[in-house]
Amino acid sequence: MTALSVQDLRAGYDPDLAIVKGISFDVAQGETLCILGPNGAGKSTLIKAVAGQVPVQGGHVRLGDKDVTGLPSHALVRQGLGFVPQTENIFASLTIRENLAIAAELLPRPKRAGAIAAMFDMFPDLGSRPTALARTLSGGQRQMLAAARALLTEPEVLMLDEPSAGLSPKLVAQVFETLAQIAARGVTLVLVEQNVRAALAITNRALVLVDGQLAHDGPTDALHDGALLGRLFLGQRAGAQP
Amino acid sequence: MNPQAIVEGVIAGSTIGLGAIGLTLTYSILRFANFTHGDFLAWGAYFTLSIVGFLGGMLAGLGAPLKPFSFGLALPLSVLGGMVLTVLLALALDRVLFGRLRARGAETIIIVMASFGASMALRSLLEFIYTARPEYYTKALQIAQPIGFGMRATPDQLFVIGLTAVLVAGLHLMVTRSATGRAMRAVAENPALAGIYGIDVGQVIRVTWVIGAALACVAGVMAGLLVQIRPYMGFDLLLPLFAAAILGGIGSIPGAMLGGLIIGLSEAFAVQIIGAEWRAAVSFIILVLVLLLRPQGIFGRKVE
Repeated sequence: MTALSVQDLRAGYDPDLAIVKGISFDVAQGETLCILGPNGAGKSTLIKAVAGQVPVQGGHVRLGDKDVTGLPSHALVRQGLGFVPQTENIFASLTIRENLAIAAELLPRPKRAGAIAAMFDMFPDLGSRPTALARTLSGGQRQMLAAARALLTEPEVLMLDEPSAGLSPKLVAQVFETLAQIAARGVTLVLVEQNVRAALAITNRALVLVDGQLAHDGPTDALHDGALLGRLFLGQRAGAQP
Repeated sequence: MNPQAIVEGVIAGSTIGLGAIGLTLTYSILRFANFTHGDFLAWGAYFTLSIVGFLGGMLAGLGAPLKPFSFGLALPLSVLGGMVLTVLLALALDRVLFGRLRARGAETIIIVMASFGASMALRSLLEFIYTARPEYYTKALQIAQPIGFGMRATPDQLFVIGLTAVLVAGLHLMVTRSATGRAMRAVAENPALAGIYGIDVGQVIRVTWVIGAALACVAGVMAGLLVQIRPYMGFDLLLPLFAAAILGGIGSIPGAMLGGLIIGLSEAFAVQIIGAEWRAAVSFIILVLVLLLRPQGIFGRKVE
């Protein structure tokens, strides 16, 4: 069953300048997808447009069987789409518990406390000091809080924009270990990432974007040796001779 | 120095503080300095005055003073109606003006200038409807009673101080403990992220107008009860309101209240020490000093 369907999506900040230029792909339920590409390819703009953060100029986005094209972010969360931005993805002036409590408002009242407790079990670093202000967290812990917040709403699809950006190698490993655990729970995962090796290791399908267009769509196995990926990053379409 | 200045300062500070709370909330959540906030005080005071007149005409007993206060039951009942009408005025203004500018992605300075123009229009309309002649909720005279330490206060003044304390405590609890308050703090920090968290930012903005306008109405009625009601009463309070909000730290409710008290006390002491003609300059001097020395205010934090 298709969890997320993107058809001929065009999006950008300026109405006269599309950054995402007609991209189509489907993500099956439980599938893990990474979106790769060189800087400026439109990866982040693509998932921000899907998440209601960048104006959609054309095309359609469907979540399950619902057309959610152009819905605002808060409505998309209620439709089952979780999104973790690359930066500024937690409320630094609120406590860890308050960050989770805001997300928990979307759940039925009897489930809220249990859902927060479950996140504290999954992320013990957060559970050990729930009343600490989020601004006191390390980079890795902030990403965990951001992921916990998104997971807490029990999304059908979870999208993350470069969760390893700006983190030390040790923290990157920690974050990807967490993402692997999330994927293992059967959550449909869409990941935009510059850290190609780490992204390929935890996903089973990859899209490669070049200049706002889809240059490759296939299993991650084909990209592990790096040669094809290198050619794609240089702008050659899959199947073309080097 | 006469300790009575403390009473005068706390009373003036209560009105300024309540007004500044609404201002600081709209400033932190809508991200612009709203010049119409002073006019919400004035419109709230006049709305309440109209309802007091209406109720007094319908049921004469409601106007009889509730001893030891100078006002009757008509005033507290009318304040509720005044709050509703002031809230509707604020929501209407947001719908026809500020909301449209936000939707177009207008720069902050454009929205500030729009609020400046709307403020002048609201003030002129108020003067057109009610004339510039000062009005009063009650003309009953009150004798100030000794309250200790050489200070005196009327029952109305003590009522205003008590009501302010209750409102500020209640609002502070709401913002720090309730889901609505968490959502307001979240939108104040990052509106785009608030949407991603599932918060309906538009709804939070409406709640902010409701709280700000309702408090402005109460502050206006307080000023009208203790001094007089004039179309320019809100405009005259605007500088102290901004000074209090910035002194306390934008977004901080206790900060706005404390800022209001500091401004009120400073004005009262300035009147005693250097003369009444310097009263209006005090807010400006404090505002400039805060902006130079601690722009984030008492309870504010430097932007990371």
